Amino acid sequence: MSVILILISASLFIALGFLGAFIWSVKSGQYEDDYTPSVRMLFENDVKQKETENILTENKVK
Amino acid sequence: MFLAEDKLKKNNTCFHCGDSVFNSDIVIEEKIFCCKGCKTVYEIINQNNLCTYYEIDNAPGVNQNYEHRKGKFDFLDDVSIANQLIHFKQDNLAHITFYLPQMHCNSCIWILEKLPEIENGVLKSTVNFIKKEVTIQFDNSKTKLSKIAEKLTDIGYEPHISLNDVSKKSLKKIDNTRILKIGIAGFCFGNIMMFSFPEYFSLGKFDESEFKYFFNYFNLILALPVFFYSASEFFASALKSYQQKFLNIDTPIALAILITFSRSLFEIISNTGVGYLDSMSGIVFFMLIGRYLQNRTYQQISFDRDFTSYFPLGVTRIDKDEKEQQISVKDLKIGDRIKIFNEEIIPADAILFLGKAIIDYSFVTGEATPVSKSIGEIIYAGGRQTNGAIELEIVKEVSQSYLTQLWNNEAFKKNTKATSDDSFIHTVSKYFTYALFSVAIVTAVYWQLVNPSVALNAITSVLIVACPCALLLSATFTNCNMIQQLNNLKFYVKSSSVLERIAKIDTVVFDKTGTITVQQIKNAVFFGKINEYQKELIFSLVSQSNHPLSKAISFSLNNYKKHFVKDYNEILGEGISGIIEGKFVKIGSARFIVNKEKNLSLGSTVYVSIDDVYLGYFEIKNVYRSHLKEVIWKLKKQFNLSILSGDNNSEKENLINYFGEKATMIFNQTPADKLNYIQNLQIKGKVVLMFGDGLNDAGALKQSDVGIAISDNMNNFSPACDVIMAGEHFNKLNELINFCKKQKTIIYACFGISILYNIVGLYFSVIGELKPVIAAILMPASSISIILVTIILSTFFARSLKD
Repeated sequence: MSVILILISASLFIALGFLGAFIWSVKSGQYEDDYTPSVRMLFENDVKQKETENILTENKVK
Repeated sequence: MFLAEDKLKKNNTCFHCGDSVFNSDIVIEEKIFCCKGCKTVYEIINQNNLCTYYEIDNAPGVNQNYEHRKGKFDFLDDVSIANQLIHFKQDNLAHITFYLPQMHCNSCIWILEKLPEIENGVLKSTVNFIKKEVTIQFDNSKTKLSKIAEKLTDIGYEPHISLNDVSKKSLKKIDNTRILKIGIAGFCFGNIMMFSFPEYFSLGKFDESEFKYFFNYFNLILALPVFFYSASEFFASALKSYQQKFLNIDTPIALAILITFSRSLFEIISNTGVGYLDSMSGIVFFMLIGRYLQNRTYQQISFDRDFTSYFPLGVTRIDKDEKEQQISVKDLKIGDRIKIFNEEIIPADAILFLGKAIIDYSFVTGEATPVSKSIGEIIYAGGRQTNGAIELEIVKEVSQSYLTQLWNNEAFKKNTKATSDDSFIHTVSKYFTYALFSVAIVTAVYWQLVNPSVALNAITSVLIVACPCALLLSATFTNCNMIQQLNNLKFYVKSSSVLERIAKIDTVVFDKTGTITVQQIKNAVFFGKINEYQKELIFSLVSQSNHPLSKAISFSLNNYKKHFVKDYNEILGEGISGIIEGKFVKIGSARFIVNKEKNLSLGSTVYVSIDDVYLGYFEIKNVYRSHLKEVIWKLKKQFNLSILSGDNNSEKENLINYFGEKATMIFNQTPADKLNYIQNLQIKGKVVLMFGDGLNDAGALKQSDVGIAISDNMNNFSPACDVIMAGEHFNKLNELINFCKKQKTIIYACFGISILYNIVGLYFSVIGELKPVIAAILMPASSISIILVTIILSTFFARSLKD
């Protein structure tokens, strides 16, 4: 029967993982704007966009 | 020839903004534009290969038929102003957030996030569509703030920068802790329920087994974050109310949570039972959801705007050596000379020094007609210059000006309005708490006499099961539901306590201009002799102009044929002229048409001449809202009505026609007069609802018990108030008020149901037989039935709001 204990503990840990993901999503501000990202992901990325992203990362490195 | 052209272009719409285009000669690559502004925007977008803008949504632009002044945003380059707006700065990198009221569709998001491709130096731009904001990261060494603002203006999104942006500089961060608390409480609630299943189904063989300890301790660990983190706000509120010697609804709730937790803790450690941790976390979870829904605010609507969100941030000051300099409005001092450009707001009381001023005070006083001022006259703050650039000398600082002084009134200093703590729910809960304590004491005494070993058990069960969470839930869910129903009709309520206050109203006070009249639409009546063909000519000419009076004429002459206008000319403050089918048509002021200085103060008269032959004049009048008569007729039966108007009494006869003889009508009211009038009514014991629209009503709206601002365009400014309502639903005013009154009925119905559940629970606890499984069934069952009942009832009552 003790296998049930192990399984239940394991399931609780997985659930805790989801709770952790939820806390992270709240803290990282994903609940602040719930409309724009849904539109943004449908826009196609063209080459120019990537260039700007490169500049951006360069700036971050600086 | 004109007919052919008409046919060709009649059904066309502007490629940029989608407005219908008549006889436009602005065409590029077979794309037609309604005006130069739209064409310019298209050219910029096209140059940057960003024409996808036009593919995401059809004609996504906003009409650009007005001119932007170059250098309008120069004040942003002033370091002290810029530092107040920039919310992050490191070396050359800076972040700024602009409010762009024009944002309205997916194309807007797309083009605004492509800003780095249009403006060199912009690194990243992120749109928050709900708030209509764009956050821009830029390199300070490559571009300037003013250049970014100008580029945004160029592509059709002019940032709205007001004094308010500076005074409330701290970025409003949305408080996410409640979402976190709900998430954690929900997580623990669900898992505790799962671990309690063996107990629920009373699988007796698990008793005394190792599983029982295991599950119990798991439950206890899971309950800790609920008790210490999620429920903390109930304890804090109860403690506060205890210190203030006022019993609020959180007191019994906090008590119930505390007792449930300690009893469960005791049972688990002493191995005498399993406790009620599932019910406890369930209560916390449901109540947090209720509070979250109730307090959810509208991100896109602001209820607390004052003059600062209307006034500009920067102004052009003229130095002693005649040099123009951009300074912050707050730094204006008495004696400063400033330059105000066309369509700009006068920030402080000042004397006209140079230029010709025609000031539109419609927003401040409700006076519809622009007033002309001559040199040496005083111009009050808040007016909008409509006749080119002028120079002024400041006589009062911004905070001391005639209009802004209203905000020094007491009504703005303290929050006079009842907060939710005075709500009737709290009164009810007080009695509830007393009743609960009496039941607990009687139970205790009884068991002490009969069987002392059951006493403690019985008292704690009474306190656990009779927790007034059902009361609280019925209130929060009813409010939330009603607010949602009202939202559907664009009746935006600031908070749920407003619903309760609306129910107590006995007097309704109206402002006139813009409130019971329609702001944009005016009716133009022609006096003189004119034939149909001449009307066509006039219509063709006025439809070229954006002036409010031209729009009014064009509105009343609608459905006439349009002809092609040649040599169109607009002289600010004078009139417009053009050659149509070879005839020289002139429309405008008396001086412009007949060279006579007559009736100049009555600016709502527009004179017409064709081929220099004077034909007559249009008189432009306000139009009352449709259904006004019907709405007033219904309101009259329930409330005392008054009208306060900043205008003169020329409309009095007309208003009596609508409001009847009994209504009080007072004219020529200053903003302060309006506030005092409301105050006097309240001293007499009246509960006043104020209807207003502009800054001039701000004081009265604030002073009244319920202030409703009516707005024909939700993006426009509306002063601080409790409710913002859309003009289009004015005809349902009476029904909306009656619907708000139903709030109490619904909550009482829910109370009844929750008390039924409580009686059942109390029965079990008084006899000392409250099993965790009964508590675990009663608690969610009562919550869910309450939620269902409030949804059904509020939907039922909301039927009257639909046609």
